Amino acid sequence: MSEVDKTSGVTQGHQVDVRIGAFRNNDSGDTSGFGGLVAPVVMPGASSKPFGSWFDAAASVLEKSLVSSGIKAKDAIEYYTVDRGEFTIHAKPEHVLSVCQYLRDDEKLRFEMCASVSGVHFPNDTNRELVAVIHLLSMTHNRRIRVQVALPDSNPHMPSITALWPNADWHERETYDFFGIIFDGHPALTRIQMPDDWPGHPQRKDYPLGGIPVEYKGAVVPPPSERRGY
Amino acid sequence: MSTDYFAESYETTEGRVHTVTGGDWDSVTGAETGQQERVVVNMGPQHPSTHGVLRMILELDGETVSEVRSAIGYLHTGIEKNLEYRSWTQGVTFVTRMDYLSPFFNEVAYCLAVEKLLGMTEQIPERATVIRVMLMELNRISSHLVCLATGGMELGALTAMTTGLRDRELVLELYEELTGLRMNHAFIRPGGLAQDLPAGAESKVRKVIETLRKNFKDTSNMLVDNSVWTARTKDVGYLDLTGCVALGMTGPVLRSTGIAWDLRKTQPYCGYETYEFDVPVQTSCDAYGRFLIRLAEMQESLKIIEQCLDRLQPGPIMVEDKKIAWPAQLAIGSDGQGNSLDHIRHIMGESMEALIHHFKLVTEGFEVPAGQVYVAVESPRGELGVHVVSDGGTRPYRVHYRDPSFNNLQAVPAMAEGGQVADLIAVVASIDPVMGGVDR
Repeated sequence: MSEVDKTSGVTQGHQVDVRIGAFRNNDSGDTSGFGGLVAPVVMPGASSKPFGSWFDAAASVLEKSLVSSGIKAKDAIEYYTVDRGEFTIHAKPEHVLSVCQYLRDDEKLRFEMCASVSGVHFPNDTNRELVAVIHLLSMTHNRRIRVQVALPDSNPHMPSITALWPNADWHERETYDFFGIIFDGHPALTRIQMPDDWPGHPQRKDYPLGGIPVEYKGAVVPPPSERRGY
Repeated sequence: MSTDYFAESYETTEGRVHTVTGGDWDSVTGAETGQQERVVVNMGPQHPSTHGVLRMILELDGETVSEVRSAIGYLHTGIEKNLEYRSWTQGVTFVTRMDYLSPFFNEVAYCLAVEKLLGMTEQIPERATVIRVMLMELNRISSHLVCLATGGMELGALTAMTTGLRDRELVLELYEELTGLRMNHAFIRPGGLAQDLPAGAESKVRKVIETLRKNFKDTSNMLVDNSVWTARTKDVGYLDLTGCVALGMTGPVLRSTGIAWDLRKTQPYCGYETYEFDVPVQTSCDAYGRFLIRLAEMQESLKIIEQCLDRLQPGPIMVEDKKIAWPAQLAIGSDGQGNSLDHIRHIMGESMEALIHHFKLVTEGFEVPAGQVYVAVESPRGELGVHVVSDGGTRPYRVHYRDPSFNNLQAVPAMAEGGQVADLIAVVASIDPVMGGVDR
């Protein structure tokens, strides 16, 4: 955890990776002298209260509801992030269903619509490699919120939210298909975009993009995944 | 019994199953009498009424659809994965190809997200924003016209298709005039636009508006009170507000339940709160209501485009920040479109620093501070959301498109089960899915 931008309201960063070298591919000859560069990759982490806007009230309503049902807020919610005007709840997988239930049903929260479920892969964030991201919309209060669940690659299970928002069905299937996150309780968690017998989960960072070198007027352009990144 | 490998017959726990591929019904009829019969029919993915490559598996009881399941993925191209290997600016070239009937919405949503991550939403020049709005509204018209045209064709109204595509052609020609391309424009870039509008663009847009306003009357005269059209669409594909919210429906389907939820009004972006327009709603919850909404929305879009034209003032179309703004300008040469010769002369002959700057920005791109945002715009089909994650590098770490067609297709069983096979076509047409967006 390192100190990052204070103006955005985020007081702590969450380090997800360390970048080594100036270019993303270490196989091409690095003559720049920056090959030994070490830079942490830090995502916005926990924000401290007060968050501002409607976020404080929403967080306290949610925490009170959790406590009333016998769940300690600390056990259900890791931390909150307020960044670029967006509010993220980092929930723990074992209680994410309760968190979502209150977000949907409490009249002060009323996130009655699930906009999207998708995933992000941080291969070097140990035991938090896979992240499921749920975007919710409250038409009643005209607000959006993000619920995020970090899962270990070794046990990528979290409860399905299809019982709360039926349209999460396809979104969860896609997240399973692309990332291998398993949504327990989903009515039929099968691949949706890739063929049924496809091996691997294509949106993971360790899954190759593919592509072949292309020759043009004598010069060879390598496939995108083998080109230099910066 | 047939020995055809593809038309076999076998026992299951639910009874005997016959696979019939056509032309071999005789081998099945009369084989089992007195047993309950379930006919499972595959429809698509190659089928003229499935809007591209949508596959549906129907379980029929006579003419009645007792169950329907959609299967997608036939147009999956891995655009989201590809984005992770390109610079932020190159990303536009990919996202414009997702929902290919609403390219400008894909581009604007992506650019708004990148700009929000960069913290430069406020710095986008007025002229760029006005042109973005104008292009989006032109796009709403061309997209709705395809919906009406193909939807009409699927329900047997072939003249609707010819008039719809005739009018869409006017808009596509306008795109070509304004951006250089009829589709896959990559015209809207993080920070502004790729290029300013060509001279005389405004009068051309005004002329097209005039023609469209006249032509829309043809479409509405032909369909609104047409007894065949109303018979095919009224009370078909019923989905009420509760169903819409549970299934995350947005766009014309949601507005056909009487709720005026339009992100341009409820969560405005690109200055939509300063334009005067109405959000058309219907309360019939059916395919006919959605048709009327699309007709009315095209009229509203014309109103917005006219306001855009009135507001267009000369000015920059890219942010001032030289670390973001693309240095090269395009020009039309004798061999087609390419970099402007003035720019080439400048970097190759006049300024070494300009050359370095050009080279760095074009090969490396710019860094975007780490974080994530979700930006949603009102596309012709509903909420088009973009979730963009940056790790602080020069490439997107993850981009996810919440495509309205992807989400809305889940409502097909709720709308079509219990109806006739023919109604299923009207249901799918009223959702207006575009498989490029569904599968990405």
